[in-house]
Amino acid sequence: MERAHAPSPLPQIDSRARLRRFKDLAAGWMVSAGGMSVLVAILLIFFYLLYEVLPMFQGASVDPVTRYPAAAAVADEGAAAPLLLAIEEQAEIAVRLDESGRAAFFSVQNGTPLRQEQLPLPAGTKITSFAIDTDASRLFAAGLSNGQLVLARHDYEISYDAAGVRSMAPALVYPYGDTPLELGDSAIQTVAVRDASKGLMVAAAIDGRLEARQWSKTRNFLTQETQLKEQPLQLPAVDIAPDYLLISPDQRLLYVIARSGDYRVLDVRNETLLDGGRLLRSGKVTEVKFLLGGVSLMVADSNGRIAQWSVVRRGGESELTEIRSLTLGNGAVRHVIPEHRRKGLIAVDGSGQLRLLHTTAERELLRQPLEGAPVALAIAPRANFLLVENAAREMQLWSVSNPHPEVSWSALWNKVWYENYREPAYVWQSSSASESFEPKYSLTPLAFGTLKAAFYAMLLGAPLAICGAIFTAYFMAPQLRSKVKPLIEMMEALPTVILGFLAGLWLAPFVERHLPGMFALLLFMPVGVLLAAFAWRQLPLGLRRLVPDGWEPVLLIPAVILVSWGTIELSGPLERTFFAGDMRSWLTNDLGITFDQRNALVVGIAMGFAVVPNIFSIAEDAIYSVPKHLSYGSLALGATPWQTLVGVVLPTASPGIFSALMIGMGRAVGETMIVLMATGNTPVMEANIFEGMRTLAANLAVEIGETEVDSTHYRVLFLAAFVLFGFTFIVNTIAEVVRQRLRRRYSVI
Amino acid sequence: MSLAQQNRPSVREWIKSGEPVIWLNAAAVTISALAVIALIVLLAVRGFSHFWPNDVLQATYQLPGQAAVPVMGELVESEEVPVEQIRGSGIAYDGDAAFLKRDLIKRGNRDLSGVDFGWYLDTYLTDISKPAEVLVLERREWGNFYGRLVAVQEQGESVVDVAANAQLAQQELAQRLQRATDLFEQIRNIERGEIGSINYAMEQLRLRGRALDLRADEMTAAAMTDARAAIAEERAALDQQYEALMAQLSELYQALNRDQIAVAAVDGREAVIPLAKVVRAYYPNSMSTFDKLGFYFAKLWEFFTDEPREANTEGGIFPAIFGTVIMVLIMSVLVTPLGVIAAVYLREYAKQGPLTRIIRIAVNNLAGVPSIVYGVFGLGFFIYIVGGNIDQLFFPEAAPAPVFGTPGLMWASLTLALLTLPVVIVATEEGLARIPRSLREGSLALGATKAETLWRVVLPMASPAMMTGLILAVARAAGEVAPLMLVGVVKLAPTLPVDGNFPFIHLERKFMHLGFHIFDVGFQSPNVEAARPLVYATALVLVVVVALLNISAVTLRNRLREKYRGLDM
Repeated sequence: MERAHAPSPLPQIDSRARLRRFKDLAAGWMVSAGGMSVLVAILLIFFYLLYEVLPMFQGASVDPVTRYPAAAAVADEGAAAPLLLAIEEQAEIAVRLDESGRAAFFSVQNGTPLRQEQLPLPAGTKITSFAIDTDASRLFAAGLSNGQLVLARHDYEISYDAAGVRSMAPALVYPYGDTPLELGDSAIQTVAVRDASKGLMVAAAIDGRLEARQWSKTRNFLTQETQLKEQPLQLPAVDIAPDYLLISPDQRLLYVIARSGDYRVLDVRNETLLDGGRLLRSGKVTEVKFLLGGVSLMVADSNGRIAQWSVVRRGGESELTEIRSLTLGNGAVRHVIPEHRRKGLIAVDGSGQLRLLHTTAERELLRQPLEGAPVALAIAPRANFLLVENAAREMQLWSVSNPHPEVSWSALWNKVWYENYREPAYVWQSSSASESFEPKYSLTPLAFGTLKAAFYAMLLGAPLAICGAIFTAYFMAPQLRSKVKPLIEMMEALPTVILGFLAGLWLAPFVERHLPGMFALLLFMPVGVLLAAFAWRQLPLGLRRLVPDGWEPVLLIPAVILVSWGTIELSGPLERTFFAGDMRSWLTNDLGITFDQRNALVVGIAMGFAVVPNIFSIAEDAIYSVPKHLSYGSLALGATPWQTLVGVVLPTASPGIFSALMIGMGRAVGETMIVLMATGNTPVMEANIFEGMRTLAANLAVEIGETEVDSTHYRVLFLAAFVLFGFTFIVNTIAEVVRQRLRRRYSVI
Repeated sequence: MSLAQQNRPSVREWIKSGEPVIWLNAAAVTISALAVIALIVLLAVRGFSHFWPNDVLQATYQLPGQAAVPVMGELVESEEVPVEQIRGSGIAYDGDAAFLKRDLIKRGNRDLSGVDFGWYLDTYLTDISKPAEVLVLERREWGNFYGRLVAVQEQGESVVDVAANAQLAQQELAQRLQRATDLFEQIRNIERGEIGSINYAMEQLRLRGRALDLRADEMTAAAMTDARAAIAEERAALDQQYEALMAQLSELYQALNRDQIAVAAVDGREAVIPLAKVVRAYYPNSMSTFDKLGFYFAKLWEFFTDEPREANTEGGIFPAIFGTVIMVLIMSVLVTPLGVIAAVYLREYAKQGPLTRIIRIAVNNLAGVPSIVYGVFGLGFFIYIVGGNIDQLFFPEAAPAPVFGTPGLMWASLTLALLTLPVVIVATEEGLARIPRSLREGSLALGATKAETLWRVVLPMASPAMMTGLILAVARAAGEVAPLMLVGVVKLAPTLPVDGNFPFIHLERKFMHLGFHIFDVGFQSPNVEAARPLVYATALVLVVVVALLNISAVTLRNRLREKYRGLDM
């Protein structure tokens, strides 16, 4: 320090010393930073996983984009009330159809009118009822006051010019001609339409009477024109007011619902009444819409509830069943608008508040007051914009951000009643070819599969490893120990892909062929070992002295090989004696147990084998490092080695053994390749040892490569990774803390 | 009580003494150790035997009540099946044996019969013989062919008929096959090497052109025109080279397709097989042991040095070995410095306290996090976030095709470096702990700074420990598959990650890996039965590599322990 005050006589040395000091400091900083980087790495993994997972649990948001008077968009001051408001795919053009049969196309973003069209209504008629087929087909039906029906589609033809700029031409098209269909001779009160590739079906209520028609389609090969041919249809009479009519997508079911809540389900194909009853205990139905896919009805009522009803098949009987309900409160529900691509919906409650809901997740994502009473709403197909027309004839455009409505705590972990299911269930089914697919993101079967695999692995691995560790650490001759320990530790380095491949391709068929033998082995092995030990004891002392203490495992080699070989050889005769020659079919036919070739037993054996070295080496360390003076003291007081082990050594080492088990468990839970290769990877929830499972880790390996980045599925998979990370983090931290404590305790003793 | 009686206590006393439980514990050790050995023996037997040319059987197979069919093929395995199961499968067995032997025979000829493996009941196999003239063809498509040579043809015209002169026909086949193999080799060299380079250069030119488009507003018109002209010129030169090579290739192909052989399967069906599609032709039943040994080593050599054929079910595993080695090397470069520095911090610099305890917990957690989670992290963070940004910043011309924003060698190495970090830390720390304090104190007392002591005294002494850690990390990385499936390994990489094109190591390329090869061939292959022996062989290679690495690490560690035992006082 003093040198800093007085100039040094040797400036060169001084500068070198400064350089050295600087280097020393820099090295210190660098090393510390490097040490911290480990902490940074684990925190990075943690926070990154969290960063991918959290957006799923955030709600939705809507933001006002613009507003304009409806009159401007429609270019008509005295515009009638809207029947239809819809937005096309790109969210550029909207269409508004009013009661006078005028369709106005306008720009969504600024309300500029683009095109006006008039439905071909006969003179003096007006539209008295209206229905759309699906949002995707854009086909709609307008029932007229003279009992006629007009079918049309709002269509957007896309073309590209030479420079590749896209332009869109909106128009109304009439796929079945622009002459109205005759259904009756007085006003159509309610109408429903369903169009499919095979045929067209229309149902209508005229004078409180139900009128339904069905046409089959034929395609003319030359002109490529579709021709309709009417099919006779004789539906049974219904005894309720047909206020709402809905036709299922396969045109098999016709739902008739009265405002009072009474309903009838008609089987169109057999022309019979399928089911009838009431949807409500009190109040009135205010709106009925199909959820995406047309499997469920969303029934809104005057008590502020939206219930999901679906036809459930129970023992041959089909019944319309309420599978869930969403309670909004605030009086009668005014509007229900299903989303076009997801099982979500938009609702306006009695107080005029906008609600964003999702059925499967039973989740309310947003609650937002709207200005003025909305009379019509349209959600863009990609669910990114919402157009609202209110009573003051003002259009409001909102941008919607609702990326992950499908996920909620209950959808991930609880039983969920999915469409087309008989009852609530835990199901993992993340994707399907169908567009109206309901994703089933229940992590429960995967978590169950993970624990099941880990359980069977530990059932086999833990006793083997701990018994082996006890013997190796406490009884084994040192020379032998120095050979055995590295051998078992080499097991740890065996790539799990090899264990998995052997389990799947060699062990699984082997176990299947020698099933009785495998179970007999569990019984015969300990018995055989004990018999061998007893026989050894009967040998003359002189002979026994040839093998020093602590070499028992070597003595047992022939016994173990003999018992294993003998039992496997015995498997065939056993199978013939007890299971009529085929244990597998005995299990399936006599006990009703499903048998998969790649099952939990195979996984248990292979993964048990994989966790043995982990548990073994830590448990062995813990037992071996119990201070020797403790056991010497016990032995000196006259205890046998076994008493010393049970009374002194094991209690002292038990925290170490516990942490060994924890680490083995962590390994079994996170193991991927063995499970991937040795099970069928079906996400079932069965504890049956002869069935497979799908674990969280294997599921990640199978699915994450094929998901779209940042989609809900992608994030759910990250959640699965996060769950795995969290589980092993807890298990490992407990194990490590216990071990650190134990080490300090040993150093005190 | 006599002495003899004392030596033999009653059974009850024996049980009470805990002796039986001790024996059971001993059995646990025996079972674990035997399981390891059995596993390695199983792999060795199945893996090594794959390349041996087995004799080909010919027999007649007649099930009761059915017509007799001729069978030819290699016996793969046999098993005993209870009669009930046989009867259950609809075969009216009328004997009185309890078990029947069932043979799996590799019949080959997948193009003729559709299935190349079949189970046969041993009792119904009659007239078993091993005709010396049976020919086995190893083909580039459709697997093996078993049958007899009928004639050697040139341009569809018969040159030699076996009926006329069998000896000559065999000689002719051998000569013409050699010629075809040479031609095939030439074609492959041109296609892979020269045409591959041209394609690579063309792609680079396309990217340069695209980069020019993107920078259009920063450059003067003249510079732009010059640059474009340069590109066009280079492209023209490449096109010319390409044309020349294509002409050469078409000539070679013509020459290659000159010869065919006519062969007959055991059921009498004849087929004409172009020699271009044949890898090997041999007569296993007339080969001497010495011939077979030669064949065995040729196949083994092919296995290590050749590329896979037929959806990875035949041929070699060279690209997988190469990919594994390169990935592990890059990973070592990344993980060693970080791991050593972290260990030095924990042992030499940090004050032992809550912070080091937390870091130790972090290290243990890093070691305990399931490897698939690393894969997910690597995919999401390294590839989509880091890689995606790198692409945007440095490779805008390649868009929309990703360069680093897709799984590849670099991300796989980086992910595995993270995964193996704790292995290096733990091993290095253990090595540092074994270096006696007195050595450090001596160095410090002589006036060295802490950094100098570390650099000159501590680290050199700990270097074997670092090596141990590194070897263990390499062993772990070589065997890891789950994370690699997500971050860069593919079942078949068209090009190696290292080649003659600048910059020689292509970090963004996807690669093949031994572990994944096992998974892929064993479980995703269209013909699992045919692929199985190859999987055993590949697994054996992997096990041997990992075991050797581990043994060397353990040896190194033991030597280090011995070395410092004397100094430790």
